[in-house]
Amino acid sequence: MSPALEVVSTGALVLVEDEGRPGHAAVGVGRSGAADRGAYRLGARIVGHGEGRAALEVLLGGLAVRALGRATVVVTGAPAPTSLDGRPVAHATLVDVPPGSTLALGMPATGLRSYLTVRGGIDVDPVLGSRSTDSLSLVGPAPPRSGDVLPVGAPGGGFPTVDHVALPPPGHEGISLLEVLPGPRAAWVGGWGGGLGGLVGAVWTVTGDSDRVGLRLGGARVERAEAWADVELPSEGLVRGAVQVPPGGEPVVFLADHPVTGGYPVVAVLTASAADRAAQLRPGDAVRLVPVT
Amino acid sequence: MDSSTGIPVDVLPAGEEAVLVEVADLDDVLALDAALRSVAAEGTGPWSAVTDLVPGARSLLVIAGPRADLAALSRSVREVAAAADRSPEQGGSGAAVVEIPVRYDGPDLGDVAALTGLTVADVVAAHTQLPWRVAFGGFAPGFAYLVGGDPRLRVPRRDTPRVSVPGGSVALAGDFSAVYPRTSPGGWQLIGTSDAVLWDVERQPPALLTPGTAVRFVDVGGDS
Repeated sequence: MSPALEVVSTGALVLVEDEGRPGHAAVGVGRSGAADRGAYRLGARIVGHGEGRAALEVLLGGLAVRALGRATVVVTGAPAPTSLDGRPVAHATLVDVPPGSTLALGMPATGLRSYLTVRGGIDVDPVLGSRSTDSLSLVGPAPPRSGDVLPVGAPGGGFPTVDHVALPPPGHEGISLLEVLPGPRAAWVGGWGGGLGGLVGAVWTVTGDSDRVGLRLGGARVERAEAWADVELPSEGLVRGAVQVPPGGEPVVFLADHPVTGGYPVVAVLTASAADRAAQLRPGDAVRLVPVT
Repeated sequence: MDSSTGIPVDVLPAGEEAVLVEVADLDDVLALDAALRSVAAEGTGPWSAVTDLVPGARSLLVIAGPRADLAALSRSVREVAAAADRSPEQGGSGAAVVEIPVRYDGPDLGDVAALTGLTVADVVAAHTQLPWRVAFGGFAPGFAYLVGGDPRLRVPRRDTPRVSVPGGSVALAGDFSAVYPRTSPGGWQLIGTSDAVLWDVERQPPALLTPGTAVRFVDVGGDS
């Protein structure tokens, strides 16, 4: 029989997330899914249950779950100090959780979002083909709360092939570097060759007004090119990683739960890997955007 | 004017997994959306990676997966656009029309009459007599920006947006009309109320109004 996880406590925010629900953007529902897809996928690879199964995305630790039945789990993403019945277990390492044992995630020293992946996946009912919670469109399962029993799916054909993956932790001291490609409206801020109106080169600070929808950056201003100073942009589609510049000049970097369309120019777009790392930045972190072509 | 010489497009970069296709106007958006949607449905070549086509007011975003061949996708977009029929009357005779029942009892009906110089009865007549068409979505699940309609109904947004607009509110702003699928903040002028279910995740498809759909509002009385 498949095990289940009983939620003992949640911290600031725990969400069920998977690869997301592509295919509904034209009717106002974005893809959503794990904010740090790389960390989520690593968890799925370590437990060996293939793609598309749901994990728990844990914001700044605080989650404790008790195993009902025997569970095989791993924690990836932000390196939350993790314990099994009070004894520490290693990050990005396969952990066998005996029936009745409790796994608890503390506050990570760096990064923002940890992924608790259980072999078989969190098997709550999917909505529009996905178990992801979209915090903007409010589509998807309700956030798990204390006392909830989360069903775990049957693991399928694969098996774990590694016990541990050594990784540099996300987030670090100093300035984080995020790689950007040209956006469709680069010309509005002077163009790719012109440093994007100061977007590239400046050291930005992640503000407190940041969430799964996007990061707001402060500390400098992006200047509009004169030819585009008073032009209004007709609403157009947005991608994850889009760097949008509103009239105030303080950029917004869109993450997993971004709106499907926006009315301000997107002047650059983060690479997929940089968008994952952006999802691990905390308010107050310093970032620099680095052009790649 | 020749109506079938293809759609001029500009394909702009939008990161590793998408391209933004800019066109001249909303009619071209709708014509290109219809053409690209049928190519995407076939799913051959670079289209096999495409997950979403997102129409905007003057553009279409083509979203593909992580290993998409964006150069091949851009070439295909240009070819499809060059061969597409530019006629704006895609949603005309023959296409299904979604009828939306409305009680014209909105709190801003009087303001809209004053802004347009029409009587309240004229506003209702103008809103119901001409068909509308879904241009694009966004803002909230199932929210559809409707265009067409009677040009006399162009009104600005309210100076101060409402914190809470009830779900089912029928509204006007700028070139658009819309029905709020659920209660949310909003700055549009509210002219009526509808019981139509715009969004239901248990329904297939969940959205009542998808891009290109023709819409007619029907006055069902019951004004307060």
